[in-house]
Amino acid sequence: MSTPSGTVPPPGGPANPGGVGPGVPAAGATQIHNIGYRKYDGPRLGRSYAMRSLYTQSLRGAFGLGRSAKSKVLPMILFAVMCLPAALVVAVAVVTHAKNLGVGYTRYAILLQAVIGLFLAAQAPQSVSRDLRFRTVPLYFSRPIERRDYVLAKFGAMSSALFVLTVAPVVILYIGALLAKMDFGDQTKGFGQGLVSVAVLSLLFGGIGLVLAAFTPRRGFGVAAVIATLVISYGAVSTLQAIIWAGEPSSAITWIGLFSPITLIDGLQTAFLGAHSAFPGGVGPGAGAGVVYLLVIAGLVAGSYGVLMRRYRKVGL
Amino acid sequence: MYNPTVARLTYRALLGRRRAAILFVLPALLIVISLAVRLVRGADDGTASDLLGGFAIATMVPLIGVIAGTGAIGPEIDDGSIVYLLSKPVKRPTVIITKLFVAIAVTMAFSAIPTLIAGFILNGNGGQIAIAYTVAALVASIAYSALFLLLGTVSRHAVVIGLVYALVWEALFGSMVPGARTLSVQQWALALAQRIAGEGAVSSDVGLPAAVILLVVVTGGATWYAGRRLRTLTLAGEE
Repeated sequence: MSTPSGTVPPPGGPANPGGVGPGVPAAGATQIHNIGYRKYDGPRLGRSYAMRSLYTQSLRGAFGLGRSAKSKVLPMILFAVMCLPAALVVAVAVVTHAKNLGVGYTRYAILLQAVIGLFLAAQAPQSVSRDLRFRTVPLYFSRPIERRDYVLAKFGAMSSALFVLTVAPVVILYIGALLAKMDFGDQTKGFGQGLVSVAVLSLLFGGIGLVLAAFTPRRGFGVAAVIATLVISYGAVSTLQAIIWAGEPSSAITWIGLFSPITLIDGLQTAFLGAHSAFPGGVGPGAGAGVVYLLVIAGLVAGSYGVLMRRYRKVGL
Repeated sequence: MYNPTVARLTYRALLGRRRAAILFVLPALLIVISLAVRLVRGADDGTASDLLGGFAIATMVPLIGVIAGTGAIGPEIDDGSIVYLLSKPVKRPTVIITKLFVAIAVTMAFSAIPTLIAGFILNGNGGQIAIAYTVAALVASIAYSALFLLLGTVSRHAVVIGLVYALVWEALFGSMVPGARTLSVQQWALALAQRIAGEGAVSSDVGLPAAVILLVVVTGGATWYAGRRLRTLTLAGEE
């Protein structure tokens, strides 16, 4: 459809009688100028497309892609720091013709938890706090996406970003193990267990990070809240476990592990994924306590989703 | 060199609303853990030293230092309201020193006092352990506040950099590379604690004279440079 611009009356509109000089309004002498506004009649991409776009943009943003060069520095450094030890482990294993990798697939994320924590603390607030602070959340909700879509897209993006970060070294370890001609069956089984472990870790950490970040419009404060939660809970739990282990070791070590995210993951993979626990003395939970660990993790993930949904019922802060 | 109005505004920014929540949670957690440990294990010097050294000095003091040090100036630079403060006839170094006093006071109040209480709960100040760690917390508060206040004026990512220093440098590298411990506020403060506590209760990798000199130099240097930074502050736009 092509409408010529000019002073032609719109088709079907009432005809205007006669031209009128400027500044001389006369009853019935007004004229509607057609300045060529068009109605959009292309395809409408809809709600799921908007949600996918938000997901992609948030995921790329977590690694600084599509943002300024300065914001790429930190995530890229953390990504490199995460992968470097894996490459070293592989190099050592290949050179020395070892029968096993020095570090287990499931153990790797536990060892480098500080890097994961820093990545989450730096990226979760940039994902949600800035939307709140610059009041862009109302603009998102003026699009066809619903509250659920926004929360799911952000949650999914943060978890995916953490998954990319944690799975990369596991893949490096696996490729290295195959190059070093280790037993294919053993390594593949360990690799699968590692994948499940980091997937659960990503969901759990992503949820916790986003909940803490979503309650503050200030980036700096969000960063501090996320890292404080992770470090303090782990510091308290591991100190208590060490003290109990030094005294009379009991099952209390297992139950205290429920109170920090990283020991939750540790306990879960010790119970079900054949990992060696990093708890003092290597005494992880058995299958029975493992079910409790699994329930707590599931509860925390579902709880973070619920809290985020509640949080965005009102868009302002 | 001390401006009461600036101090009042800084106190309100630091202790207002949710920021204060983190500041209260940490000491409360320390005291709860100490109570639990005392009930389970009874009074024991080794346990007290482990808990105060591992949790209070290594985790709590740096975190509170980061929150108070960067929080004293960071948010104001972040949202641009520092302009209204700088346009008043107050010397820039005065602004920095006032904010430093406030940050030190807050860090000390929320880290040293709980450390003292926890120390008395754990073993009733046996072997001077509670006093030793409290002194370490007090000294570390001064150095951390100055350091992180400087970071707040230097970078917009002050909190992240401060946390990287506190967690990655002091905890991770400090435990793997012995040389890194020489450049660690925590070890300098522990050098003082080592002097006060009974034999073998506290250990530090830095000698006392070196620790004192480094503490004074770092605190003074950071404060001076923060004042310089504030004199030539450019307000950056949001990235």
